Amino acid sequence: MFYILGAGAVLSALSMVTNKRPVSAAMSLIVTMFCLAGLYVLLDAHLIAALQIIIYAGAIMVLFLFVIMLLNIQEKEGRLAGHKIFLQFSGIVIVGYIFIKVVKLIGGSNLPARMEGSIKGFGTTSAVGEMLFTDFLLPFEIASVLLLAAMVGAVILAKAKID
Amino acid sequence: MVPLNHYLYLSAILFSIGAVGVFTTRNAMIIYMCIELMFNAVNLTFIAFSKFLNNLDGHIFTFMVMTVAAAEAAVGLAIIISMFRNKETVNVDEINLMKG
Repeated sequence: MFYILGAGAVLSALSMVTNKRPVSAAMSLIVTMFCLAGLYVLLDAHLIAALQIIIYAGAIMVLFLFVIMLLNIQEKEGRLAGHKIFLQFSGIVIVGYIFIKVVKLIGGSNLPARMEGSIKGFGTTSAVGEMLFTDFLLPFEIASVLLLAAMVGAVILAKAKID
Repeated sequence: MVPLNHYLYLSAILFSIGAVGVFTTRNAMIIYMCIELMFNAVNLTFIAFSKFLNNLDGHIFTFMVMTVAAAEAAVGLAIIISMFRNKETVNVDEINLMKG
């Protein structure tokens, strides 16, 4: 099951990057989000899997599609051209180098063995919520202030004319 | 049970795809989507470690990353809209206001 979902996530991510049209790219990204939500369920993260589908595949991607359709972007050639090809190529080389280093690091390191025993209700809403409202109460409140600030900022930025 | 290694490999692959996308596309919308993909790759690492270390802290971190991603998407899309209104384009190589 892991390999099916992982292959689905990687293939749809590739189709997102290679796609020229923003709408098809957004659809591929939604498929990636759903595959990742499946992986979260395999890892017993039920609340995060539900949030992944509601927030990412639901809210954020609807926002993206809404903006794409609002702007009605003219489809042009999606790649950089001319002297910028060199910059693009060196970007790919740098990312590839870092990727190879990371893979070697993962392969050669002694990852921690699996811990024994289990927390009661691991990954459920009640367990995560209890932590969120006791140990992590301050970060939770700061996150709410962040969302308020982002909302005000988005409204001001998207306003037609600043007086 | 799939070993932790494989989750980390998958996450590295997804992150690299997102990073290559940021470098190679010129449509600002697709660049934002690639950034979301990179956020998701990091979330997968958090959740995998959380499961294998039997500790719920990773779930809280993922929650916070999702909050920041939502805020970033709202502000970023507002910037794209106002940019499109001024320059009639969303291609990042045609936007050079800060060149001086």
